[in-house]
Amino acid sequence: MTDLDLTADVLVAGGGPAGAWAAIKAAESGADVILVDKGYLGTSGATAAAGTGVWYVEPDPHARNLAMASREGLGGHLADRSWMARVLDQTYANMNELAEVYRYPFPVDADGRQIRRGLQGPEYMRRMRIRARRSGVRVLDHSPVTELLVDAGGAVAGAAGHRRQHDGSYRVRAGAVVLATGGCAFLSKALGCDVNTGDGALFAAETGAELSGMEFSNAYAIAPAFTSVTKTAFYAYATFHHADGTVLEGAGSLKGRSVIARALLTEPVLCRLDRAGEEDRQAMRLAQPNFFLPFDRQGIDPFTQLFPVTLLAEGTVRGTGGIRLTGYDCATSVPGLYAAGDAATREPICGGFTGGGSHNAAWAMSSGTWAGRAAARHARTLGARATGRPVRGAGGAGLRPGTGGRLDHREVVEAVQREVLPYEKNYLRHGDRLTPALAALDETWIRARQALRADDAAAARARAAAALAANARWMYASALARTESRGMHRRDDHPGLDPAQHHRLIAGGLDEVWVAPESVRNAAVAS
Amino acid sequence: MIEIVLGERCIACDKCVEVCPTDVFVRGDDGVPLIARQGDCQTCYLCEAYCPVDALYVAPAVHPLPAPPDVAELTEKGLLGGYREQIGWGRGRTPGARRAVGPVMPTTSQVIVS
Repeated sequence: MTDLDLTADVLVAGGGPAGAWAAIKAAESGADVILVDKGYLGTSGATAAAGTGVWYVEPDPHARNLAMASREGLGGHLADRSWMARVLDQTYANMNELAEVYRYPFPVDADGRQIRRGLQGPEYMRRMRIRARRSGVRVLDHSPVTELLVDAGGAVAGAAGHRRQHDGSYRVRAGAVVLATGGCAFLSKALGCDVNTGDGALFAAETGAELSGMEFSNAYAIAPAFTSVTKTAFYAYATFHHADGTVLEGAGSLKGRSVIARALLTEPVLCRLDRAGEEDRQAMRLAQPNFFLPFDRQGIDPFTQLFPVTLLAEGTVRGTGGIRLTGYDCATSVPGLYAAGDAATREPICGGFTGGGSHNAAWAMSSGTWAGRAAARHARTLGARATGRPVRGAGGAGLRPGTGGRLDHREVVEAVQREVLPYEKNYLRHGDRLTPALAALDETWIRARQALRADDAAAARARAAAALAANARWMYASALARTESRGMHRRDDHPGLDPAQHHRLIAGGLDEVWVAPESVRNAAVAS
Repeated sequence: MIEIVLGERCIACDKCVEVCPTDVFVRGDDGVPLIARQGDCQTCYLCEAYCPVDALYVAPAVHPLPAPPDVAELTEKGLLGGYREQIGWGRGRTPGARRAVGPVMPTTSQVIVS
């Protein structure tokens, strides 16, 4: 009863930068590749709508050393230099390839040399789509995956989903699958992130894979109130104010963001970018035209006028938690399953501090490249067996309800958002608030497991709702397990760093969620 | 959120239906797209960037407006197609990426685009 039944060597789920690189590199390795995206390869995800710096560092040992050292402390010393070095090498190669092969129009400096430290999302992803298609990748847009397919031995062997603009189901049997589905931002309306509902983490866990670093999931971005444009970096130029115009002491975009969160619990917070000089203002506009859309369209001059701001949850998109990797090939603990980009943990290069911006961009292109090549290799080793195996769907919640009743996906989404969006629960963490929040999420999961169901086009929505619930539970279970403050994870009841907790936390499970420590050293040398 | 599809400008190319990452539009009977699922709009402005005839307008609010904005006023302010122009998409324009050199940020002391 599948309307479209396809086979491929490699299936890539997700059409952001990580998925695009994975698909292209798998195809260049000789694999027959299908890429599916819930939206559109070229506009989907956190990168396409924005602009991003890229962790592009010349291969000079001193510069590389500085680059690696710069965030180790912020990340709570959970990153790994061997991964960082590899990402710096791969990113350097990919950015040069973007310039020389993909002809990305980088700006040039006074000496006529290209500046390859940033990318504009729409331009970057438009070119990635063209490149993917020229590499022979078959693209299915508007085709959300609803579940992974596994073979008799439990290896991942493809995926099934729905083509929402054709109102039909599809199935792709493949030798290997790369999950590049993005992080989870809980439908907070943060720019470009409503497609990032953490689906990949749910799919992976349903086949037995683990998550890592899910406590590093409390990223909140500054945006003008009631708008979507999150570009926290530019708020380095801001001063923040109470409604009466007096300065909000201690507030800032980097160190003082929690001051803003605390204030927003009881009062509006106003802002003005009055620390930007004239040259900065022009450069900001050229670098990030999208930053100015809410201002221009509301008739606000952000440099001279006060405007209200909000903090939008970015969850694991700018957090660093995600699917646990077992090696440099971006494999997971499940045969045939690979993860890349924000769907995967970014702890190897970021530790526990926001991977947003340049590091995530570097990670997306590097991990995408490695996952794509490794998936192609894996499919090759399977040979003809790759697509001839009997398969079954691995999906649970939202697809195969346990009992009667009918729970709407919107109810699940709202129940999860009530626990993960409020600053006092997720941002300003405390055991006394995390514990009841996790209990409520567990309750939501049980209800969803029993009665969340939807047909055809709505199946993907039900699965996204289930994914939000699953991600939220791994987040809070991990946040409760880390009884200290490290990286972005700050506990009001455990404000200090505890040297005894210098380890990563891996998590997993669906009906029963578990969390366990993993030493950084073991994580680094696994497989 | 997406507020306006200007029927008189639209050339029924389906581009917005195709590129919208959250599948907000459906093709109307006359070929002009309808805003079928406004609540799913994530206010990413990409439909505007891709529209070849500047027929779309995304308001910055992440909730629907009580009434769509006035088209004459938007036109006068250059807001219809303004984003597409800024990123330099369209015939004869220089890609915005060519000029995208960010400011030197006070906290990081490095040029960033993010």
